[in-house]
Order: sequence, then structure tokens, then C-alpha cells
Amino acid sequence: MFQDRYSLAFKLYPYMRSADQEAGIPVRHPVVIVGGGPIGLASALDLGRQGIPVVLLDDHEGIGMGSRAICFAKRSLEIADRYGCGDPIVQKGVVWNLGKVFHDNRQIYEFNLLPEDGHKYPAFINLQQPYFERFLFEQIVEEQAKGAPIQIRGKNRVDAVETFDDHVALEVMTPEGPYRLEADWLIASDGASSPVRSMMGLDFEGRVFRDSFLIADIRMTNGTFPTERWFWFEPWFKSGASTLLHKQPDDVWRVDFQIGWDIDRKEEMKEENIRRRLDAMLGEGVDYEIVWSSIYTFQCRRMQKFRHGRVLFAGDSAHQVSPFGARGANSGMQDVDNLGWKLGMVLRGEAPEALMDSYDEERRFGADENIRNSTRSTDFITPKSKISHMFRNAVLDLAERYEFARPIVNSGRLSVPCTYDGLSLNGEDALPGAPARTRPGSACPDAPLGNGFLLCRMGGGGFSLLTIDAEAPDAILEAGVTVTRLALSASDDPSGALAARYLGDAPSGVYLVRPDQHVVARWDHYDDTALRAALRRACGKEA
Amino acid sequence: MSGLITTPNLEQPDEFYACLLAVHEERSEEESQALNARLILTLANHVGAQAILEEALQVAKMA
Ligand SMILES: Cc1cc2nc3c(=O)[nH]c(=O)nc-3n(C[C@H](O)[C@H](O)[C@H](O)COP(=O)(O)OP(=O)(O)OC[C@H]3O[C@@H](n4cnc5c(N)ncnc54)[C@H](O)[C@@H]3O)c2cc1C
Repeated sequence: MFQDRYSLAFKLYPYMRSADQEAGIPVRHPVVIVGGGPIGLASALDLGRQGIPVVLLDDHEGIGMGSRAICFAKRSLEIADRYGCGDPIVQKGVVWNLGKVFHDNRQIYEFNLLPEDGHKYPAFINLQQPYFERFLFEQIVEEQAKGAPIQIRGKNRVDAVETFDDHVALEVMTPEGPYRLEADWLIASDGASSPVRSMMGLDFEGRVFRDSFLIADIRMTNGTFPTERWFWFEPWFKSGASTLLHKQPDDVWRVDFQIGWDIDRKEEMKEENIRRRLDAMLGEGVDYEIVWSSIYTFQCRRMQKFRHGRVLFAGDSAHQVSPFGARGANSGMQDVDNLGWKLGMVLRGEAPEALMDSYDEERRFGADENIRNSTRSTDFITPKSKISHMFRNAVLDLAERYEFARPIVNSGRLSVPCTYDGLSLNGEDALPGAPARTRPGSACPDAPLGNGFLLCRMGGGGFSLLTIDAEAPDAILEAGVTVTRLALSASDDPSGALAARYLGDAPSGVYLVRPDQHVVARWDHYDDTALRAALRRACGKEA
Repeated sequence: MSGLITTPNLEQPDEFYACLLAVHEERSEEESQALNARLILTLANHVGAQAILEEALQVAKMA
């Protein structure tokens, strides 16, 4: 039988019978995606825009209720921008820069994210996850209209997978019964409890945190809280061992109470009990409506490998982190960005299948970084021993009077893109004097260019050669792969940001940049042999 | 690079030790521990260098 596991915020792709259900022999597709959360939708968009036929199967007919992720980082916005939907996401989102940290009844300090100038996108926006997913979906519809071969099938639940050397066979359940399907490649973006992972008998090990958090999204139309992030350690109002208050669009506020491990979930979820905590915090007589509430616990864990033959795990199915630092959906978006161009090249025959191993290598590296960061935040927010509690409060006590202790306060380190230091696809760093932030492996930082921005001008889905005050051919073809030059001069950006970010003390620079806008290699001048070698390496053609 | 100083370096060893005891006088064990924690953090910030701090942690662990 077919039962929804959750209610929907937006019903977008009602069940429709597909021709594949009539087929005598299972139909083979180049790519099947399991799961239509943010990561599955983004994968479909990435591949579909490359003209690769994708079939996305989701066991529901749209986007689940409940905001879950609310903080989307610059990198996710830049990726969405390349997919064509960065602007509507930012227009709907709330931009914030100010944060306040409280201990008990005292404000211990406030901070400003002080975003660096000269980027198209802000450091962060707050937006309910269902909106983020809907913008991705709307972009899919737009791409479909332009001919992108993307199919989304609602109420199509994957019930069995069988893996082979060169394909994957699936059994899919629908309201009208089961059918079979085959895929050259399967992307498993079916969430933290990934049925695909279980069906394949794969591990998902990590650390459990013995604490629960009660989330309430509340609507306050006459609220006096500003657009800031407020975090309380051991708040005087006693509604939780820590509490977070954060603004979302539509006059909605996220309130997150840390309520301990041994709790009676059912009791705590009763509206009167949620209101008791909220009233203690907001004060009597504040009017609000509870839009959504939930209790969550979490683990920090990842799979040992994200690639298993023709099955690629992405998003929460591959790794799970604590919500502190907003690294769940944001890191999943980086998975997609990493996976998309590689799978595209493999399917077009431009790169060997082994290139997909670098997806595993790079994104496991990214997942470890995220797990490390979110574990540290969690250890600070929810100290688990007497001594760690003592050090935590010592930091807070000092931070109130002394600036030096403030960098130690950790209520979540906000997600930034991973730099793939020392990994297999990177080429050489032969640009003396250039800043570390643009070294091989790093994600290109944005910079202003006239009325536009650097990242929008780069690549167009392929490799680019960014030259700053350096000569080079306008296009290079190497073993079926084209590199397109973007010729710039430091003087194209009078603010100096381009030079500061890409040249430093160097008079000129040549960067080879991947389709996901990570730097492969950089030089002080164009060297044809070196460039071709770096390109082959970045395509997995050279060990 | 110079590492952690493990040879005598205090200007006034007896004076410092007396100050250290004095600050803990009349404090409960709990308060003393909290004070120690603040002291460690304050000194650590003054040192700054991660390598030296790690060496100091080793010294404290091994003694
Ligand atoms: C309280 C909370 C706060 C968070 N805050 C943030 C934040 O601020 N920033 C951030 O970046 N992240 C945050 N996250 C994490 C974020 O919500 C997740 O990382 C994100 O949803 C992962 O997306 P996904 O697409 O991998 O998986 P999911 O969103 O879980 O999607 C999986 C999809 O697969 C479908 N599916 C499952 N099984 C099958 C099957 N057998 N067949 C077909 N379809 C199937 C499901 O129905 C679902 O649609 C938060 C999470 C929580 C719980």
C-alpha cells in the first residue's frame, strides 16, 4: 500500500502513469535519482541542463512540510545561480549579518558577519527549506520547457535495488503497483535514513549526541525582534539548556530549544507545553502562531565510501551532521556540484569512469571537515562532562569582558566551501605571491566586474582558463575536452578585489578552473604543456 | 622555531606561586576550578601558537 510518511508543503508532481510501467523489458535510463529533496532536485537540474536524460523518483508528490534547513550559505547560492535560480532564492530569503550571544540574563557580546564586499551573493540567507526546494523545482520546470530531458515521478518508491558492474536494476512501487527500471548510474539522494543504503547493506557509522532539540517555527506579526541571530547559553528563562532565535521570511521565527536526552516526546510536543517554553522566553502577552514544530536528535556520521560501483550517494544519505553550522543541505549542494560535471563527462565519454572515484575522495574529505566542525560546535553548546561544562562557561565568562575569548565561543561555525587540499585532481601551484585562498583545490571567490560578477562570467558549464593580464589562446581542445578562456585585466575591477583575490603580489595570473568553479592549477604565464597535463589530471585521465 | 620553554623562565617564582595560592583562598573547589579554567584560557591566548600549546598539553599530561 502507499502511505505518505509526511504531509506536504507543496504538491508539485502528482502521480502519473509512465510508459515505463507498460514495458515488457525494464527500460534503461542513463541516470536515475532516488529522492526529491534538495539534493535530488539539484542533481536533476545539474544533469538535465547538460542535456543528460534523468529520471527522478520520489515516494511523495511534492515537498515535505516543515522548514528544517533555514540557513543557506553563499556557496549554495552561487551553485543555484549557475542553475539559473540564485536570484529568486535570495529575493525571498532574509539577509542577516548581526548576531548576539547571551549567557543566562546577560548579553555577552554581539558580532557582525562583516561580509566581504564584491560578491554577488551574501554570506548567508535564511529561507525555509520548502521554499528552497520549490525554487529548484520551478527551475526544473523552466529547463524542461527549454527541452531539458528531466522526468520527475511522484509516488514512485524504490523498494529494491540490485547492482551490476555496468548498471543498477530497481523495483519501483506506485499506487498502481510495481514496475522495474534500470539505470546506467544511480544517484541515491534518499535522505538520512536512505533505503537504498540499507538495501545495499552499507554502513553508516558515527557519533550519537545524547540530546534533543525542540524546534518551533512561530509567526509573530507584531514581534519586536530584529533580523538578527540570537543565541542563549543557559538562558534565564529556563526553556532549554540553550536556545536559538532566528528570523525567516513571512514573519516567521525559528526557535530551537535544547531540552535534554531523557524526555517524553509526546508530552513535549503538546502545544500547551511548547507554548509554556515560548511564553517564558518571549514574555507574557506576546502574540504568536506556531507554524511548525518538531523534536530532533542527531548524529554525526558518514558512509565509508560515497561511490559503490554505479551507485553514488549524495546529501544526507551519505553524511549527516548536527544542524549547528548549517552544513546539511549546504554540503549536499556541494556534493551535487561536484558530482554533476563529472558524471556528465563520463556519460559523454569525455572522461573515464574512474573520475567518479574523485567524487568519493573529494566529498568524503568535505564531509569529514563538516563533521569535525559541527561536532566541535555541538561539544561547545552541549557540554557532556563536568569539566567541559566548566571550560565552556569559563569561555563565556571571559568573553563578556574580554574580546580575546570571543573567537572560542562556538554556537555554530557557518558553512564555507571545502578546499580540496592535496587531493588527486589538483594540479600545480606555480603562481608565486598569489593568495592562499585561491590555491589549487579552493572554490573560486567572487569578484566584481563592471556591472556584473566574476563567477557568472566563468565557465558556462565547462572548464575555464582565467587569465589576468596574461596571454593565452581563446580556446584549447585536449582529448575531447574544451577549455574556454576568460581574459581579464586587473584594471577590469577598479575596486582591486579581483587582483587581491587572484594575484596578490603577482603581476599576472593564469588559472585553470573546473566546471564546479574549483581551482585546478595556477601559473604566472600560459604554458601549453603544463595546462594540458593539468587538464588531463582534472578529468581523471592521469593518476 | 623556538618551542615551549621548559627551562626556568619565571621572573619571580616564589612571588608567582604565592599569588596563585592567594587567588584560590576562600574559594570553594568548584569556584577554584572555574578560576583555573579562566586562567588557562587567558594564558593560552597570550601564547597563541598552536604548536606550543600542544607541547604544553603534552607536558601537563606526562608529568
Ligand atoms: C532541524 C534541522 C535543521 C536544519 N538546518 C539546516 C540548515 O540551516 N542548513 C542546512 O544546510 N541544512 C540544515 N539541515 C539539514 C537539511 O535539512 C538536510 O541536510 C537536507 O534536507 C538533506 O537533503 P537530502 O535531499 O539529502 O535529503 P532529504 O531532504 O531527506 O530528501 C530525501 C527524499 O527522498 C525521498 N525518499 C526516501 N526514501 C525513498 C524511496 N525509497 N523512494 C523514493 N524516494 C524516497 C524522501 O521522501 C525525500 O523526499 C537541518 C536539518 C534539521 C533536521
